[in-house]
Amino acid sequence: MIDILLQGVLLGGYYALLAVGLAFLYSIMGIINLAHGSFAVLAAYLVLAMTDSLGINVWLAVLAVLPIMAVIGALVDRLIFEPVQKGGQLLSVLATFGLSVVIDNLIFQIWGANTRTLANALGDLAWASWEIGGLWVGKVSVYILLAAVGLLTGLTLLIARTPLGRAIRATATDPDTAGLVGVDARRARTIASALAFVAIGVAGAALGMRTTFTPYAGVTQLLFAFQAAVIGGSTSVRGTLFGGITLGLAQTLGATIHTQGFLIGGHLVFFAALFLRLQFGTLRLPKLRRAAA
Amino acid sequence: MSLSSSLSNLSTETSPMAQATTAPYRVRRWTPRAKITVLLFAVAVAALALAPAVTGAAFMDRAVALFVYILLAVTWNALAGYAGQVSVGQQGFFGLGAYVTIRLSDAGLPVFPSLVVAALVVGAIALPVSFVMLRLREGEFAIGMWVLATLFHLLVNLDPLIQGETGVSLIALNAVPAETRNLVIYLMALVSAVAVISAMFLLLRSRIGAALQAIRDDEAAAHSVGVNVVRTKQVIFVFAAFGAALAGALWLAGNVSFQPKAYFSVQWMAYTIFMVIVGGIGTFEGAILGAVVFFLLETFLGGYGVWYLLVLGASAIVMALGFPQGIWGYLSSRHGLSLVMVGRHLEAPETEKSGKGSGWSADG
Repeated sequence: MIDILLQGVLLGGYYALLAVGLAFLYSIMGIINLAHGSFAVLAAYLVLAMTDSLGINVWLAVLAVLPIMAVIGALVDRLIFEPVQKGGQLLSVLATFGLSVVIDNLIFQIWGANTRTLANALGDLAWASWEIGGLWVGKVSVYILLAAVGLLTGLTLLIARTPLGRAIRATATDPDTAGLVGVDARRARTIASALAFVAIGVAGAALGMRTTFTPYAGVTQLLFAFQAAVIGGSTSVRGTLFGGITLGLAQTLGATIHTQGFLIGGHLVFFAALFLRLQFGTLRLPKLRRAAA
Repeated sequence: MSLSSSLSNLSTETSPMAQATTAPYRVRRWTPRAKITVLLFAVAVAALALAPAVTGAAFMDRAVALFVYILLAVTWNALAGYAGQVSVGQQGFFGLGAYVTIRLSDAGLPVFPSLVVAALVVGAIALPVSFVMLRLREGEFAIGMWVLATLFHLLVNLDPLIQGETGVSLIALNAVPAETRNLVIYLMALVSAVAVISAMFLLLRSRIGAALQAIRDDEAAAHSVGVNVVRTKQVIFVFAAFGAALAGALWLAGNVSFQPKAYFSVQWMAYTIFMVIVGGIGTFEGAILGAVVFFLLETFLGGYGVWYLLVLGASAIVMALGFPQGIWGYLSSRHGLSLVMVGRHLEAPETEKSGKGSGWSADG
């Protein structure tokens, strides 16, 4: 039983990591990026391409992919998020959904339908584990949980303490007023988008290291990220970790109850969280000004 | 301008005072062109109904696909374009429609009635669901519906009758001779598409339609003039679920085999969104036009597989960014083209004869 709980928490670490980019982007632009999962999977393929065909060390490959993701994030902001935001939520949902279809099929076109993983590139580390009191704990899972905590803390500090963070907060609250007081709102949101995509890149690398992935895995990753973010209910470090771990626990517990209970358990807890929040107050993911206040 | 017109319509409809003071004004609900359109539509439907006499099974097969697309596009457009709730989870109702058909038929209900009953059952399921889901907004509603569709998929997989992803066939269909089967399915699909288009037409011309168009233009303003936003959206949510379920049931009838993965696939949403965006979201004619455009593209380009999907996704982005009003929205805003009267024209008597631009119009 303790083993199941432990696995659930570690899995939850991955979901928290996955939720960071989605929740961060939403808190700043009010856009729910339906292509979120597809970009995470794209990052996993980029890392794989570098380790496979160029023979680069997997960690170096991850480091190389992150700036690429940042550039993609900046481009997506300028080409899609920014123009679409003027047309309201409807268009942002439609455009990012279209984007996810394009990314998924591009990946399929380039890398084919095979199931892939980064575990081979990791070598021995992929199976390495610590033994704690008779329980085996995979090293990779622990690293992913630590990465989630580190990334969340780093982002929170960046937003709360630095001039750049202040500019992003101002832009999130009111872009026009931010412009009046000398903040380059356009630049701030492009940087924010780039940051969100770096987080997506880290999550994608984590996905590839802990399990396998296919070109159309983005759909599932998007749903997991969204569920973790909604259960957590805020973009704070604690909220996101709580959301991810709750989801992870629900899934691992669901799997012990029924062979197909893994996903069902997660979905049920997600709807329970939704329902609870409908009864007891606000349902929306809080905007940044509230989360950071 | 469409907002003010929606409001003025509501007030002429709801308050006798307003009716009295606006006595010299006239609300026009038909134009000669709209009458001709309805007439042409009736002729086209009659022609399609008689078509099997001169065409073969291949024609009927493809036509069923077109009718299913029309069902999906028209009902999704009602939900996203008019009620402002962009769902990415209608494939959940599509799959349920097929699943319930199999269950009903397995329970002994004759196969053809069970197609329609299944859609009604799914509509009934959608009513309680709407209470929770419609509290969600925008992107949250979109993904929330997606999660719901996935949950439906997983729950259906639990049914031993379905045998997991292996799936099962609508065996009862085999008892019907192939010729009769094709003909009945074709006619049922035709009647379904016509019924849903007509229902949408009548819905938009009713009080709900005026409320819907007000919600589409500005939800807060609609609420402030007394539109029951939640109730109105619920009606549309159930209507859209029914339409998607009927589409799923008919798709099952046309393809016989039910594999959960294929029916609960988000691909259906990619198709539907493409149709409605290209045709013109929030316009009555646009959704139908979009379904026809998609059908033609699929017929001629469907063989290109992944590239075809890539083009669909890319055009959804391009349309959303550059032409959010779609083909029909463009035509009607540019040339004042409107074939169907789903709104009301309010005209002052002295300017009546001068025609367009003289009155306030609230077209869908």
